[in-house]
Amino acid sequence: MSNYEKWVAFCTILIKEVRRYLRIWPQTLLPPAITMTLYFVIFGTLIGSRIGEMGGFTYMQFVVPGLIMMSVVTNSYANLVSSFFGAKYGHSIEELLVSPTPGYVILAGFVTGSCSRGMLVALIVTTLSLMFAELQVQHLWLTLGIVLLTSILFSLFGFINAVFANNFDDISIIPTFVLTPLIYLGGVFYSLELLPDFWAGVSRLNPLVYVVNGFRYGVLGVSDVDVRFAFGMIFLFTVVAGTYSLHLLNTGKRLRQ
Amino acid sequence: MTTALAIKNLHKVYGNGVEALKGISLSVEEGDFYALLGPNGAGKSTVIGILFSLINKTAGSVEVFGIDIDKNFPQAKKALGIVPQEFNFNMFERVFDIVVTQGGYYGLPQKLARERAENYLKELGLWEKRDSQARELSGGMKRRLMIARSLVHQPRLLVLDEPTAGVDIEMRRTMWDFLRSINAAGTTIILTTHYLDEAETLCRNIAIIDEGRIIQHSGIREFLQQLRTEKFILDLRQELPADFSPGFPCEVVDQHTLEVMVDKDQGLNALFRAISAEGLEVASMRNKSNRLEEMFVTLLADSADERADE
Repeated sequence: MSNYEKWVAFCTILIKEVRRYLRIWPQTLLPPAITMTLYFVIFGTLIGSRIGEMGGFTYMQFVVPGLIMMSVVTNSYANLVSSFFGAKYGHSIEELLVSPTPGYVILAGFVTGSCSRGMLVALIVTTLSLMFAELQVQHLWLTLGIVLLTSILFSLFGFINAVFANNFDDISIIPTFVLTPLIYLGGVFYSLELLPDFWAGVSRLNPLVYVVNGFRYGVLGVSDVDVRFAFGMIFLFTVVAGTYSLHLLNTGKRLRQ
Repeated sequence: MTTALAIKNLHKVYGNGVEALKGISLSVEEGDFYALLGPNGAGKSTVIGILFSLINKTAGSVEVFGIDIDKNFPQAKKALGIVPQEFNFNMFERVFDIVVTQGGYYGLPQKLARERAENYLKELGLWEKRDSQARELSGGMKRRLMIARSLVHQPRLLVLDEPTAGVDIEMRRTMWDFLRSINAAGTTIILTTHYLDEAETLCRNIAIIDEGRIIQHSGIREFLQQLRTEKFILDLRQELPADFSPGFPCEVVDQHTLEVMVDKDQGLNALFRAISAEGLEVASMRNKSNRLEEMFVTLLADSADERADE
């Protein structure tokens, strides 16, 4: 395939993915908007007013970056896992596997599609959050870099989950039993400074801590962890997950007999 | 003449130890209409799966128009089109989008993909359904949609895995005409089917696979010449006499119908003479079963006997 043909194939996958989640927007774009609005109302306005300041900001301002990242993580992951597993389950993935499209183009198409949903949801949630809190982005490029890299990383995790999943139960196990606890314990609602030293140390093993704090630093300028280290870790995880995903596609593991 | 497909000593052992292919070799010339036949589980779909990279081969080589799939599979894939046995498109997508998207996977610019999609959907009688979701189509329409999708990148070699399964007779004949026309235009076609009349009508060459081995690989005409006897059913205008004996092994089905077994060397003139001598008139005559079907069944029985002897 020439580079132009690869570009066409990439755009085709991307457009198909975007069309898919826009077609079912009540399932893909509306729920995070409703859920996050509830978070803002309950944790920010009702409970937050009693908590007071955290890290030098109102509680509402403190939780907003974490909630935005929570949306990005869950939506990027959910988009790729459901889309790719759906294609695998219904055998429509064969349309791509029989074509000359290289594995890295297929992966890039699916990941970019998922990222676009993650970013779109981030935009929706950020817009909603402005009705509840005043935000001034401190480091724009770092913020965008973290959110983009995080979206890519969790799209890749979703892809790996989809490849290994045998049924629809398998695609909900990781989000329910791994992703959600990690998000909730990743410092979305509290600062690690509030934890005893031991639990603060344990929390630092949670990759979501770096995602949330990296983004919080970009938006508010405060973080519980070293931001360069956080960015480096997210980048490293992305490279490892990307390489492994490509290996799965090229060898056809769980996709070809 | 260019060889469209050359398979040499192809082996496939699945993870569970099942040896699906035991050293298959065959070649298909460019422009051919080729039948790949065999009973269920013979290995036909495994061969097709390997050809389209849905199944990894264990050993052997496959060349598509001289391109070794181990060396340049993407280039080989550009020359290949497949109509699989099972529906494998997203049922919630629009018919037109399914075909255009497939073109995109082969690097076709959007404008060209849309033009070709329109062309093939019109030819296959699906244009009116272009905005329908695939799940709203009938079984025959879904099969035609898969044919349109497989052709959008204009493959030189088209493989059809039971394309007319579950399709009504009229639609089958329309599909036959369409396949004949694209074959006449230069597309090499490999067809697997359980309808042996379909293979006999459409194909020029044939391979029969059984238990992972090729047991027959020849032209259909040469293959049918191996048929030693044929059974005919004759419908007679007059009642058959009780002691009727035309000098051929025969069976009286009813008073107006006779089933006769004719040896290849005997010819039919002697049979008609014997019938005329009795003052009987033949109203119509037909083969009891499809000739290819008879040969196919005989061959499989012989193959089973050989395996039993081994």
